[in-house]
Amino acid sequence: MRRVVVVGGGLAGLRTAESLRSNGFAGPITVVGDEPHLPYNRPPLSKEALRNGIEVEALSFRRKASVEDVTWLLGTAAAACDLAARTVTLDDGRVLEFDGLVVASGIRPRCLPIPGPAGGRTMLRTVTDAEALRPRLSPGVHVVIMGAGFIGCETAATARALGAEVAVVALDEQPMIRPLGADLGAAMRRRHEHHGVHFHLGHTIESFAGDDRVHSATLSDGTELPADVVIEAVGSVPNVAWLDGNGLDLSDGVVVDSAMQVATDIAPVVAAGDIARHPNALFGPVPRRIEHWNMPTETGRRAGQTLAALLAGDEPDHGPFAAMPSFWSDQYDHSLQSFGMPGLATRVVLADGDLDGPCIVEYHDASGLVGVVGVDRTRETGSYRGQLMGRSDP
Amino acid sequence: MTVRITIGFQCEGYGQCCYEAEDLFQLGDKPPVRAPAEVDESRRADVERAADVCPMQAITVE
Repeated sequence: MRRVVVVGGGLAGLRTAESLRSNGFAGPITVVGDEPHLPYNRPPLSKEALRNGIEVEALSFRRKASVEDVTWLLGTAAAACDLAARTVTLDDGRVLEFDGLVVASGIRPRCLPIPGPAGGRTMLRTVTDAEALRPRLSPGVHVVIMGAGFIGCETAATARALGAEVAVVALDEQPMIRPLGADLGAAMRRRHEHHGVHFHLGHTIESFAGDDRVHSATLSDGTELPADVVIEAVGSVPNVAWLDGNGLDLSDGVVVDSAMQVATDIAPVVAAGDIARHPNALFGPVPRRIEHWNMPTETGRRAGQTLAALLAGDEPDHGPFAAMPSFWSDQYDHSLQSFGMPGLATRVVLADGDLDGPCIVEYHDASGLVGVVGVDRTRETGSYRGQLMGRSDP
Repeated sequence: MTVRITIGFQCEGYGQCCYEAEDLFQLGDKPPVRAPAEVDESRRADVERAADVCPMQAITVE
């Protein structure tokens, strides 16, 4: 019986395991997860779970009956992989043999080397991170958030709702500038400022001061900010080190083809989720990692289909992969929703409404519409999806 | 055989389910998404896909 090892116990690992089953693979599947929990939903960790309380059971994904027989090795990470020997070595020394491998080890938050004490600095990626952070977000506490992307901005909104004093420090000119563009980013900044968030944009943190815990942060312009809690949300790093030594391109995640197959003839390997740098027929041949919530499900389905075919001795479907990137974000009582890849745009058009109120913003490049973002306009934003899907037509 | 669909109180009306099975899931106001309580077994795969993509994981399929 052929065996599959899935490295990564998040949504991508779960969806790939489910897809292996729905595509006829009946052999043993072992999923290795570095966290002690079964796959769970991360977006609430910066929003409702951080605000209202964290129960990992409530965050857990429902697992289809087809994966009830999967072996979950949790609280342990993959340390190394030998594709020629078809083994994965775990950090506790165990060695797992496989016939097919799924790379779904995801990403971790980037940690910038900044002088000063480490105490009081935290990331927000896992349930454990959120559980540690939540009791510290209380009225009057000074919170400094590094980074003005989605996690930084959502966390800023939640920390304000919990009564904390919030400053956001980021090198970008506007919050969420890459996905939203400068104008909508500026409008979102105004919404945050209306709720009492202070932005220090175009700056970095040069150093932290304090004994064993941070009590203040000094910015590149010399400003000193009180800082009881520092939340670091300055991007992510793919977890690829365990794949070293196998001749794979690991320069930014793992490169895959449209079937989510990793380019190697040593062993059958697929990748899914945040780590998979994949082509998308909707947006040209350039392979990209897309850290949106819906991509692990989309790439996992395809990866499972491909690996099931490879293990059955069949040719996988190498036809185009065309999945619609989609994100949403809730900040205060505002709901942002997007389809496509607005970050590719060279021209941004306010299609309807007012940037400081409900609105629809279109994103275009030379090929036409590449993305849409709506603020408090879910239904109208959704009506653009069909038009964007049409980009895959020959 | 039928498939039972339940949309939980967590539903925020993101509408992702609607794109997986447009004829079954429809955006409304209250509740934010409407779906039939039961559909034929032949639609199970569509309903499961819709449940998979729900950001709030609000859809139960039995």
